[in-house]
Amino acid sequence: MKNNLTPDGFGSCPRPISDFDTIQLAHGSGGKLSRDLVNRLFVAAFGNPALNKLDDQALVDIAGRRLAFTTDSFVVDPIFFPGGDIGDLAVNGTINDICMSGARPLYLSAGFILEEGLPLDDLHKIVLSMQRAAEKASVTIVTGDTKVVNKGQADKLFINTAGIGLVEHDFTIAADNVHPGDAIILSGTLGDHGMAVLSRREGLAFESPIVSDTAALHELVALILKKSGNAANAMRDPTRGGLAATLNEWAESSRVGIRIFEEHIPVKPPVTGACEILGIDPLYVANEGKLVAAVAREAAEAVLSAMRAHPLGRDAAIIGEAVADKPGMVTMQTRIGGWRIVDMPVGEQLPRIC
Amino acid sequence: MRYLDEYRDPVLARKILDEIRAATTRPWVIMEICGGQTHAIIKNAIDQLLPDMLELVHGPGCPVCVTPLELIDRAIAIAALPDVIFTSFGDMLRVPGSRRDLFVVKSLGGDVRIVYSPLDAVRIARENPHRKVVFFGVGFETTAPTTAMAVRQAKAEGLDNFFMLVSHVLVPPAMTALLESPDNRVQAYLAAGHVCTVTGWKPYEPIAEKYRVPIVVTGFEPVDLLDGILAAVKQLEKGQARVENKYARVVKRDGNLKAQQLVNEVFTVTDRKWRGLGEIARSGLCLKPEYAAFDAETFFDVTDIEVEEPPQCISGLVLQGRKKPTDCPAFGKQCTPHSPLGATMVSGEGACAAYYRYQRGNDDSGKQHDKDART
Repeated sequence: MKNNLTPDGFGSCPRPISDFDTIQLAHGSGGKLSRDLVNRLFVAAFGNPALNKLDDQALVDIAGRRLAFTTDSFVVDPIFFPGGDIGDLAVNGTINDICMSGARPLYLSAGFILEEGLPLDDLHKIVLSMQRAAEKASVTIVTGDTKVVNKGQADKLFINTAGIGLVEHDFTIAADNVHPGDAIILSGTLGDHGMAVLSRREGLAFESPIVSDTAALHELVALILKKSGNAANAMRDPTRGGLAATLNEWAESSRVGIRIFEEHIPVKPPVTGACEILGIDPLYVANEGKLVAAVAREAAEAVLSAMRAHPLGRDAAIIGEAVADKPGMVTMQTRIGGWRIVDMPVGEQLPRIC
Repeated sequence: MRYLDEYRDPVLARKILDEIRAATTRPWVIMEICGGQTHAIIKNAIDQLLPDMLELVHGPGCPVCVTPLELIDRAIAIAALPDVIFTSFGDMLRVPGSRRDLFVVKSLGGDVRIVYSPLDAVRIARENPHRKVVFFGVGFETTAPTTAMAVRQAKAEGLDNFFMLVSHVLVPPAMTALLESPDNRVQAYLAAGHVCTVTGWKPYEPIAEKYRVPIVVTGFEPVDLLDGILAAVKQLEKGQARVENKYARVVKRDGNLKAQQLVNEVFTVTDRKWRGLGEIARSGLCLKPEYAAFDAETFFDVTDIEVEEPPQCISGLVLQGRKKPTDCPAFGKQCTPHSPLGATMVSGEGACAAYYRYQRGNDDSGKQHDKDART
């Protein structure tokens, strides 16, 4: 047989699959499909000024007070993982969504969807860990709900939460409020939670185990507000979709470019190793005890030192800056000196990570 | 981290870059075969730092990209059958078939599972004796030993519900086919380090000699890639054409004999169609007659495969190193990783996906930022 290369053109490419008739896992990835779903379906139906901002929490005014209001659902698999479980993850995650607006978290709800056959011991452990996490952060779980479904109609248990906090400042901290010149500060190492869950799920063992970073960040936020005055322009805990998704959302909503520097981004060696093995970029991996803040340049150093003095901000670093150039785009200088794009995550790498 | 940090050392990388700049006196076109290397080059922005006279073109070493559309459609049809558990490496799930992809099959109720090893598929077959378990055996010489191991294991256990949809391809025949093409631009190859781990570099020696091309066995980290490029440039400048190993910490001349033996026990060499390249003689692997019972293609008599092939996509030319992804009018417009026209936009190793993810609209930013960083 003669070797016969296709002379020109290609001629074997299929037509695009751009729209889906059914929900795909990637609709829950925190990436582009999630955003499309939220915008085209939920915002289209429910749209209002509080929702349309698409921050992790809505800010609403009630009787002259400004409240931060949020909801979250937790479907992590496995329900127990190194460094935490679905219970403290739910409490901490909800607290973090509230406090990223600068609000003081106060009250939570907890709804449980339980699969028939779930060991009561497991549920007990999870409830106790929720109680401890709430107590540690001085929030109160004031209402709840329980539903049980047939075996196979849920996986062990899912938790839905809501949370309310009080906004005690009058400046703007929001995804659309990043300004050119702002320093981008990351509170610590990337990827610990996602890789802890994934390496447990995939049965990967490392010399030093990877432990989830699940933690409530309200104290760190309070420190940032105290040090920066009104200089903190945006804050976010980069969960699903990781740092890459957060920075892309900021770049787009604030119409700024964001430039980060690979050599300044802290990642623990075992996380780097696990990411290498599984072919995953730590920039896209979920964190559950980290925050990223856009802070006016002149306040950045003071904020950084204050963060480093707190145990949850020990590894904090200025990893980049917002610029006027290339609005909507996140770029990163690689270790060897070239520049590349850091894109919005596409597809679903890690389902059920939180 | 050992074996990682030293190959990402920026100081060493800059030193090699200086050597490359000093060694390059004429324009040269170098092809990295492997899609993993393409991604590493674009992700680390190595291409931006090379002298203008050096052009890197991206080779066909992306298994997902060269798997024929007919076979993807066949996989999708098999995966949709009610008693089948279809297993695959994750990359293949998002490759569009003529009408849908494997993720869509999954969301419609098909039992499609991502596995990290073909042996996981054998385990699933063992645990589900009443279901038919199919593994999509895709890849180059690198993954062939593990698929061979899975088939052998299934035979040893007497499993009659395990099947393999085989689309293994071999690198050296594709390199030869590219060099024989009248439109060839490639003057030197960076050979894929991982493939050479299995095969060694002996099979490349006759190619280097016959076609007078330097072939440098190259790794995947920035320092590895720069080392490989430097070696290729030095050979080109001196008019040499030999096989050189710059991935010595992993690759030996004879490769992994045990793995080769395993592959030879289960597979035999066959002609194969490459998506984007066409038919290439003796360029693939298929199951030997004594393992034919495990062949999914013959067991599942799926007949209603109608391949639809619209013409906009130029990934065939990209895979041959004749066009850059950004030369395609559909790039970043009709064709994105979110709604890919061709497999090169899907795969973790596809050149179009690498350009989209890391360099889209970023053409001038490197130099601009470099200037900023210095001031």
